[in-house]
Amino acid sequence: MSSERTSTLMNEQAGMIRPEPGDGRELVAVTPAHARNEGMVLRPDLFEGVEINLSAARRRAATMTTRRSVKKQWQAAWLIKAIQTIDLTTLAGDDTPGRVRRLCAKARNPLRADLIAALGLEGERVTTGAVCVYPTMVATAAHALAGTGIPVASVATGFPAGLTPLPQRLEEIRYAVGEGADEIDIVITRAHVLNRDWPALYDEVSAMREACGEAHLKAILATGDLKTLTNVYKASMVAMMAGADFIKTSTGMEAVNATMPVSLVMVRAIRDYLDAGGAPVGFKPAGGLRSAKDAMAWLILMKEELGRDWMEPDLFRIGASSLLADIERQIEHFVTGRYSAGHRHPMG
Amino acid sequence: MNKITDILKTMDYGPAPEAGDIAQAWLDGHGRAFGHFIAGKFTAPKSAKTFTVTNPATGAKLAKVALGKKADVNAAAKAAKKAFGPWSALSGHQRARHLYALARHIQKHSRLLAVLETLDNGKPIRETRDLDIPLVARHFYHHAGWAQLRDDQFPGQAPAGVCGQIIPWNFPLLMLAWKVAPALAAGCTVVLKPAEYTPLTAMAFAEICREAGLPAGVFNIVNGDGGTGAAIVAHDDFAKIAFTGSTEVGRIIRKQTAGKAKKLSLELGGKSPFIVFDEADIDAAVEGVVDAIWFNQGEVCCAGSRALVQEGIAEKFTAKLKARMEKLRIGDPLDKSVDMGSVVHPVQLANITERVDEGKASGASLWQPSWAHEITQDERAKGCFYPPTLFTDVQPASRLAQEEVFGPVIAAMTFRTPSEAVALANDSRYGLAASIWSQSLDIAFDAAKRVKAGVVWINSTNLFDAAAGFGGYKESGFGREGGREGMAEYLVPAWAKKAAALPKAKPMAQAVPAHRSVEVGGVDRTAKLYVGGKQARPDGGYSYPVLDANGALITQAGLGNRKDIRNAVEAARKAEGWSEMTGHQRAQVLYYLGENLEARRDDFIALLTRMTGASTAAARREFDVSLERIFHYAAWADKYDGAVRGPAANMLSLALNEPWEVVAISCPHEAPLLAFVSTVLPAIAMGNRVVVTPSQPHPLIATELYQVLDTSDVPGGVVNIVTGDRDELAKTLAAHDDVAAHWYFGTADGSAMVEAESAGNLKATWVNNGKARDWFDHEQGAGEEFLFRAVRIKNIWTPFGV
Repeated sequence: MSSERTSTLMNEQAGMIRPEPGDGRELVAVTPAHARNEGMVLRPDLFEGVEINLSAARRRAATMTTRRSVKKQWQAAWLIKAIQTIDLTTLAGDDTPGRVRRLCAKARNPLRADLIAALGLEGERVTTGAVCVYPTMVATAAHALAGTGIPVASVATGFPAGLTPLPQRLEEIRYAVGEGADEIDIVITRAHVLNRDWPALYDEVSAMREACGEAHLKAILATGDLKTLTNVYKASMVAMMAGADFIKTSTGMEAVNATMPVSLVMVRAIRDYLDAGGAPVGFKPAGGLRSAKDAMAWLILMKEELGRDWMEPDLFRIGASSLLADIERQIEHFVTGRYSAGHRHPMG
Repeated sequence: MNKITDILKTMDYGPAPEAGDIAQAWLDGHGRAFGHFIAGKFTAPKSAKTFTVTNPATGAKLAKVALGKKADVNAAAKAAKKAFGPWSALSGHQRARHLYALARHIQKHSRLLAVLETLDNGKPIRETRDLDIPLVARHFYHHAGWAQLRDDQFPGQAPAGVCGQIIPWNFPLLMLAWKVAPALAAGCTVVLKPAEYTPLTAMAFAEICREAGLPAGVFNIVNGDGGTGAAIVAHDDFAKIAFTGSTEVGRIIRKQTAGKAKKLSLELGGKSPFIVFDEADIDAAVEGVVDAIWFNQGEVCCAGSRALVQEGIAEKFTAKLKARMEKLRIGDPLDKSVDMGSVVHPVQLANITERVDEGKASGASLWQPSWAHEITQDERAKGCFYPPTLFTDVQPASRLAQEEVFGPVIAAMTFRTPSEAVALANDSRYGLAASIWSQSLDIAFDAAKRVKAGVVWINSTNLFDAAAGFGGYKESGFGREGGREGMAEYLVPAWAKKAAALPKAKPMAQAVPAHRSVEVGGVDRTAKLYVGGKQARPDGGYSYPVLDANGALITQAGLGNRKDIRNAVEAARKAEGWSEMTGHQRAQVLYYLGENLEARRDDFIALLTRMTGASTAAARREFDVSLERIFHYAAWADKYDGAVRGPAANMLSLALNEPWEVVAISCPHEAPLLAFVSTVLPAIAMGNRVVVTPSQPHPLIATELYQVLDTSDVPGGVVNIVTGDRDELAKTLAAHDDVAAHWYFGTADGSAMVEAESAGNLKATWVNNGKARDWFDHEQGAGEEFLFRAVRIKNIWTPFGV
C-alpha cells in the first residue's frame, strides 16, 4: 500500500530540517520533511494508455463528502489543520509592500488568541502553510516572516499564462529564489499538454526545477485550460516525472479553478507515480476554495485517496485568499456556539 | 492531553451520528406495536400473533408486528376489491393528483423515513438519505405522470385489478414504491406484504397515504412472514401478483399461481458480472466495485458480485481494489461517515459467513481488509456486521461464482478476450444485470449487446431511475419495473377481461392405421415435421390421422414426441444468425414469404376449406387476413425499436427490444393458418427463433407452409414445426430449459400445465387460460401485445462526457 510505504519513509526522515538557501535564516520545519521528488526519466508507458472516465470521477467526487462527515471537536481540529496548510495568497495588480506585510502578519497569527486558547492550542504552532506572492514582493514577505519558519512562495515563469520566452521564465525563477523564496509556483505551457508534446513539457519543467535549486517547485497545471481529465492526469504524471515537488490545479485566473473531479484525478496520479517508484509528491488545489466546507472536502479527499500523510503542509497546501476568514468564523462558532461575523476577526 | 491536539495527530474522522430520536418517538407514538393497514385503518396489533422487529445494528427491539393470517389477507383483499371500482373509475388526472400528493408527502417526511429505514434494515443513513428515499419520491412523481397519461398512452388497456404484492427487506420502502406506484397509476388497488425483517417504513407510508388523502382501501398492508405471503399468492381475488425476492421463492410462486389466470411479475436473484476490460479507467472501475458490491452491504439483487477482469490488468486491479477496501468504514449505520452498516438479520449474517467459509474451503483465495478482525468480536456480538470480502482464484464452476451470496462478497475471475468475458458473463442461470468497464465504446457496446441481462451499466453500476425499466433475463425473472414497460405489468387488454371460454375440443384421433384413406390411388402426400430447415420424420415413427370436417381421413401427420422437440429446440438455438440480422433484412424475408404464400393462394384456400369445412369465402378471408398479417409484421420488423431516455445529466439509457431467442408457440386448434401466422410472425419479426406446434386437428396448413418458408429464404432453424398432440408437446416445451418464452393457446388445463412447468427455468409464459381470442379481429389478433411479448427489454445505461 502506498501509504504504508511513505509512512516508513517519513519515519526515517523525521526531524530532518530542510536547509535554507541564501541568507542563512534557519527554517523551523513545519512538519517532518520527506525526501524531495528527484523525478524520473520520462516514461510515457506509465500514462499514455490511461483514459479517465469523467462520469465515474464525478460520481466519486460527488460522494466524497456524502460518505464522510466530520463534526464537533474533530471538525475544529480539521479546520486548524486546514489553516496550517493554507498558502495565504495575494496575487493582484495592486499588491503593495504594505498589503504583503499585512498578509504576512495574518499568516503568523491566523486565529485570534482567545480562540487559540479556547481550543487548548497555546504553545502549538498555528500559522498558515506559506505566504504566496509575486516575485517582486518576495523580499518584503521574506523580511516580514523572518524567523517564523513560514515559507515564502512565489509564482514565477510568466504567471499566469506562462507564455513569455523560456530564458526569461527561468530567469524569473532565479530572481525569486534570490529574493528569498522557498517555493516557486511555476505555470506550465498548456500548449504542450493540448498538443500532447510530453517531451517538451518534461524538458520545460525539468529546466524550471533546475532553476529552482533548493527551492521547492510547485507545478501549476492550469487544469481549467486543459479541459479533459485525461489531459490533467497525463500532465500530472509528466510534471512529477520532471521533478515537481507539488502539483497544483490552477492559477486562480482560469475560467474554472480547483474542482473536486480534477483534484481526484491529480491525487490518483500522485498515487500512481508513487506506485511506479516515484517519491511522494504534494498536492495543492488553488482557486475557488472559499469556505470551511471546501477545506473539509479537500482534506477528506486527501485522507481517502492518499492517506494521513497527505494532510500535512509538506504534502498538502490549499491556495486561497478568502478561505481563512470563513474558517475563523466557523471555529468561533465551535468555541462559542454562536454564529460569528467577519468583522470579529482581524483582516489579512 | 487536549482533545484537539490529539485529533491533530491522528486526523481521525470522529463520530458523526444522525439523530434517531424523532423516529424513536414515532415508534413510541405507535406503542411500538403495529397491526395491518386495511381499508384506511390500522388494525389493533394486540389481538393477533406477533413477531418482533429489531435493529440489526444493535440488536435492540424496535416493535412488535402482527403476523398476518388468511383472515387478514381476506379482509385486506376485500377492502382492495371494494376500492377498485371507484379508484379505477377516477380519471387519470384525478389519480395523478393522488400520486403527486404521495410524492410530496414522502419528501416532507423524508428524514423520518430515512432514519426509520436505517434503524429497521441496518443500511447506512447516507444511502437511505441520498438514494432510497429520493428514489421513492421520484418513483411516485414519475407514476403520477403515467396516471395522467394512461388513457392516451395505453388505449384499449384496462387496469389488471386487485394486486397482491410481496416485497423484500433489502430496499423496503423503495421496493414498495416500485410496486405500488405503477399499480395505483394504472388504476389497480393493492394489498402489500412487507418483508418481516423490515415492515416499519411501510407502516409509515400507510400513515402518509392517510395524510395525503388516498381513498381507503386503495392501498392495504398485511404484515407477516412467508406464510402470509403464500396466503396472498393463493388468494383468488388477486388478478396480479408482483414479487421481488429469491429465485427459489419465485419458482414456488410461479407454480402456485399456475392456471389461476393471474398476471405475474418476478424480480429475482442475480449473480451479475462486473466486467473490467484492459482499457478501462481502473480507478473508476475500482470505485465501481465499491458501488456494486459494498452498496447496501451487498444485499442487492443486481449487485456486481462476479468480477471478470482482463488478465493483463488483473494484478494491478486487485492491488488497487485491496487498497480501496482498506479505506472502507463499517459501523453504526446512523453514523454519517460509514460506507457499510449492518447486515439485515443474524440469519443473513450466518448465511454469508457460511458461504464465505465454504468459499475458502473450495480453494478460492480470501482477502479482507486489515481492520476486518476488529469488528468480528466486539460489534458482531451486538450487531450484524460483516467486512467487505474479496475472493480471487475463483473457478467458474464453484458455488461462489454461480450462486448469490447476498452479502458484501465479490468473486473475481480473469478472462483473456472480449468473447471470453461475454461467455463467462453469460455462464449463469441468472441474467439480471451487468456492469461493463472500458474506455472503448466499441468494446463496451459489443459486450453490452451480447451479455444476457436486463440491465447493463457501462462505466457505472447500480443506477436506478423510475423512467428506466428494471428486470431480468433468464432465472432472474420476468416483467419490468419502471418506465413504460413497467406500466404494462399492471394493465391488460380491455377485451380480454370479457373473453369467453373456448368450446371443448374433440380428443385427438388414435395414432393407428385408419379404416380407409379417402384418396386411395393418388400419389401419397407426406406431412413431415420441419426441423432446422429440413423435413424430418417423427422420431417415434408414429403418425396420427388428420380428419376433415366430417371426420373423414385426409392423411396422416407426424406424431412428434419429446425427442422431436429436443431436436427442434437445438435447431432453433443454432439459428443465431437470424437474431443478429437487421430488422430490414428480416423484413425482406417476411415480405418475400408473403409474396410466395400469395402465389399458392388457391392451394391454401382449398386446403383450409377441406380441413376445417369452412366456406370458400371464409377460407379466402382467413387467407387474406393471414397475408395482411405477414405484411403487418414485415412492416414492424424494422420499427419496433425501444426507447432512449436521459435519466441523468450526461447519461443515456437505451431500452433495447431484444429477442428471447428460442420461443415456443403452441397454436390454437382454430384458424389454423391465421393463428399460426399471427403468432409465429411477430416472434420471428422481432428476431426470435421458434418451435411451433401448429393446430393439432389441422396440421397440414403448417406442413404445406414449410415449403413456402423454404422458398422464401427463411433460414433453417428459424421456424421449426412439430406436429402432434399439442398439450403433450407443450409440456416438453414448457419444461425445456433452453426455451426462454412460451406462448400457449389452448385449454385452461393446458395453460395451468405450461405455467407450472415453466417454473423450472422461469421462462416467460403467455397463456390464454382456455379463453377464446378472435384471431380475425385486428386488436385481438395483431395488437401491440404480440410485439411486446415477442421481446425482452434490455436497458443499457451509458454515461458520457469529457
